[in-house]
Amino acid sequence: MADEINYAELKKGGYMKQKQKGYGSLRLKVVGGNLTAENIKTVSEVAEKYGQGYVHMTSRQGIEIPFIKVEQLAEVKEALIKGGVEAGVCGPRVRTVTACQGSEICPSGCIDTYTLAKELDERYFGRELPHKFKFGVTGCQNNCLKAEENDVGIKGGMDIEYREDLCFSCGVCIKACRSGALSLADGKVVLDPAKCNNCARCVKSCPADAWTGTPGYIVSFGGTFGNFVYKGEEIVPLIKDKETLFRVTDAAIEYFEENAKPGERFRKTLERLGTEGLTEKVNAAYKG
Amino acid sequence: MSQTELEFDEFVDITDVVCPITFVKAKVAIDELDAGQVLAIRMNDGEPVQNVPRSFKDEGHKIIKLTDGEDGTYTLYVKKGEEA
Repeated sequence: MADEINYAELKKGGYMKQKQKGYGSLRLKVVGGNLTAENIKTVSEVAEKYGQGYVHMTSRQGIEIPFIKVEQLAEVKEALIKGGVEAGVCGPRVRTVTACQGSEICPSGCIDTYTLAKELDERYFGRELPHKFKFGVTGCQNNCLKAEENDVGIKGGMDIEYREDLCFSCGVCIKACRSGALSLADGKVVLDPAKCNNCARCVKSCPADAWTGTPGYIVSFGGTFGNFVYKGEEIVPLIKDKETLFRVTDAAIEYFEENAKPGERFRKTLERLGTEGLTEKVNAAYKG
Repeated sequence: MSQTELEFDEFVDITDVVCPITFVKAKVAIDELDAGQVLAIRMNDGEPVQNVPRSFKDEGHKIIKLTDGEDGTYTLYVKKGEEA
């Protein structure tokens, strides 16, 4: 009977064969790192009843339940569904979308990461591609979710603006800025746009609201952090609306789908073909 | 950032502690004041001066001035907020 088990098909549903014969670890779907108390209770019950009473936390905010017997997999998935928990995916497709807590929770956040993670999940999760494809969303330059290690990384930032009439030259923003983009001249703050990384620490710290910021998305492409490590790179400037953002992410995923060889990661495709093709396609999407 | 002495009601030195005690010490000091009174906080360059002013803003206090002591420390003048 064991011979009939199609492990590739099971992997698609988040189930990975273990060293121990007949057992596998089941990956769960966790979007943006959030689970409800009910979800966790269900996972706990399933791990006790069908596994060995523990779970493994993955590096990408997921949960895996080890020691699930292959013949009980269908029953396990049914028990999970009842508690609102779905299985995740492994293999060559769009993986879990990770996210930090973002602007809804974190004082440093520039964008609502959880909402965006859910939207990206609805748009792409599980989509079949030549190789795995990861999205990560982080709320600000502190980069807790390490955007650039993903195939497509999204980081919150702000396009900043200075209101000289409101500024009383307290000097706080100059010290708050970590990229040395601000200085004081004749009692007023001067911005060096070339040094600004859109971190918005000036906006967050200014006591007079003399700095204001429009939130936006800093997108990086072709990152990977496995056997081979590469930091994803930006192609277009800060994106200030979601329509443009999704046009750009669509363009990246389409480029990968159309150009990658089977089993070839995004970065490897870009190394083989050069980045011109992707740059052209992403720029066109950015412009609309 | 002129060196003109600003008036304040209370002074606290947080250069002898590290994060997160920096803000805790400063917060304890401002809690002792009445709304509208001014606290002067001497802090180290680096993380404290990057973060403490913003923490006071988030707590609802009014930042008046940050002066450079030119000895690796800065002094922040904060007016206690009404609801804080």
